[in-house]
Amino acid sequence: MASITLKNLVKQYGDGYPAVNNVSIDIADGEFIILVGPSGCGKSTLLRMIVGLEDITSGDLLINGERVNEKAPRDRNLAMVFQNYALYPHLTVFENIAFPLRLGKGKHTEDEIKRLVTDAARTLELTDHLERKPGNLSGGQRQRVAMGRAIVRHADAFLFDEPLSNLDAKLRGQMRSEISQMQRRLGVTSVYVTHDQTEAMTLGDRVAVLKKGVLQQIASPRELYEQPVNLFVAGFIGSPSMNFLPATLEGGVLKTAIGNIGISVDKATAAEGKRVVLVGVRPEYFEDASMVDDAKRPHGSTFTAELTHTEWLGNEQYGYINFDPDPEVRSLLDSLARDMDADELRPQIVVTLDAASRIRGGRPAELWLDTRRLHLFDPETGENLTRDAEAGAALTEEANTARAEEIANARGREGANA
Amino acid sequence: MKGSRTKERVVWTVISIFVLVYALFPVASILATSFKEPSDLTSGKFLPTNWSGVNYEEILVGDAQGLFLSSLWNSIGIALIATFIAVVLATLCAYAIARLDFPGKKLILTTALAVSIFPVISIVTPLFNLWRTIGLYDTWPGLIIPYLSLTLPISIWTLAAFFRQIPWELEQAAQVDGATTWQAFRKAIVPLAAPGVFTTAIIAFFIAWNDFVYGISLTSTEAARPVPAALAFFTGASQFEAPVGAISAAAIIVTIPIVLLVLLFQRQIVSGLTQGAVKG
Repeated sequence: MASITLKNLVKQYGDGYPAVNNVSIDIADGEFIILVGPSGCGKSTLLRMIVGLEDITSGDLLINGERVNEKAPRDRNLAMVFQNYALYPHLTVFENIAFPLRLGKGKHTEDEIKRLVTDAARTLELTDHLERKPGNLSGGQRQRVAMGRAIVRHADAFLFDEPLSNLDAKLRGQMRSEISQMQRRLGVTSVYVTHDQTEAMTLGDRVAVLKKGVLQQIASPRELYEQPVNLFVAGFIGSPSMNFLPATLEGGVLKTAIGNIGISVDKATAAEGKRVVLVGVRPEYFEDASMVDDAKRPHGSTFTAELTHTEWLGNEQYGYINFDPDPEVRSLLDSLARDMDADELRPQIVVTLDAASRIRGGRPAELWLDTRRLHLFDPETGENLTRDAEAGAALTEEANTARAEEIANARGREGANA
Repeated sequence: MKGSRTKERVVWTVISIFVLVYALFPVASILATSFKEPSDLTSGKFLPTNWSGVNYEEILVGDAQGLFLSSLWNSIGIALIATFIAVVLATLCAYAIARLDFPGKKLILTTALAVSIFPVISIVTPLFNLWRTIGLYDTWPGLIIPYLSLTLPISIWTLAAFFRQIPWELEQAAQVDGATTWQAFRKAIVPLAAPGVFTTAIIAFFIAWNDFVYGISLTSTEAARPVPAALAFFTGASQFEAPVGAISAAAIIVTIPIVLLVLLFQRQIVSGLTQGAVKG
């Protein structure tokens, strides 16, 4: 068990390009941290710096308060699960899991090794496969062997480098929940790198969003979703992603391409003095106006727009509205799309409608928008003008309490079973 | 669908049998000849009338013994030393090529390729003169050095290709698991690299073992003459008798180590050990 502290970590390659730039994160004991971002954002590099496979250019890395910058990977007592498992093909599953134990010569007797490996194998349901070679295992089984190698040696922390990206979608979901439960049961500090949103949102106590080596925001998944700090985080988290709509603010009313939207006074005050703002609206903030509760209706504003088409998914449906932005705003949206790994951000708004809605494409339709939850962004800096830091902090605090409880429960159960 | 598959099978079987017969018939013929008595050599039959070991007797304990056994010893010694040096150097070189990025990497590979396609015969004469001047003529090193020029390029190429396939992530995984750099290399990488090194060693050994041109040009006595060259010096019991039987027997004997090597290391040679380390 350990806490890990990253203090102003920088990784600079020979050409001077900083792959990781001034990243500081405090990881508490037992916490599950996700590093997420588009490819090339430095998330894997950061993980490899923690484990010691990449040198640290500057900054401090502390494990349990002790500086470990210069320590070799083997002296850091961390376990890592690699993207393509890195199993030793010439060894059986048993020997693969026993590998870390055998390296510490004389530390474990043969009986002890046998007991530890069979225990780990039982946890991971690998008992029947102990004598097989990795080449004869399925993807999911290989993944579990890789995890076995990590849990067998009671490392201070687990590091995962996109461990599920080689599995098919169904297995990925299953392994995701296994990893999550295992982490809670063992209560071991974990750092997990992924580019998959679902993994980031479901696994993490806190999620760190990186862009071009710079930490954008680190917070609980809910805080990231509801109180993003800037355009990039807002656009990266959530699927389908947040809609960005250019607007001019005139006397508490947002004039947009899809109509006028009235907003509350405090939101209007926050954006005061800006000629143009980007309105960030998540698809589910929209609704078919005829399906909105009367109690909810006053919290939003109703407007008429023409949908190009709709997609019915069973539990809900997506509608699409095209709009024509200024060239200036358009180039901003394009650069944002590039940051997020997409080719271009189409000037299109995605709205989520109730599955029962009768709205269809090609006809003007009445839509309702929940104006309480939208955010206003500064188009130049990308900063979120309406972010409520306190509400955000409260969400993260909530997540922390929930985690502490879960770990306590898991340890209580473990104690009861033992 | 099923019909076409059977048909395909038949076609492949026929082709395989044809290739096998084509490749093995000369060997079978030499084998049969090696058991013929001298009088039987011109009988025109494939199999000997009387199976006799007289040819083997001659080269192992008889008149040709001195010529054959010393050349056998030379061949084994020279080929083994040349193979060993080539594999050690090629392993280091291929490791660097596969793992590191350094200027001139491409140059090394192209030079190796250029050397390996260079016609041997064109350097034999200058080498002959040079070796005589500096005293390497008719010595073991005098053959080992040119053999290295034959075995090194191909060893570097096969090993570099092999090393590129090794999942080097394993080395890092081992380090994270608690291994020192040396332990990681020895426990995770060497077991994977061994089959490739073995295969390369066998190929290099074959090349050195089978060479004739250097063997005949750069030696003059039993001090260094290898078997392929020595075979040319066999004489019959009298000057009217062709030494075909003895040559056949010697050819069979020098083939045996090669066949044994292939049989012994068959599994390493065809090994797919790297499978399963990574996804796929």
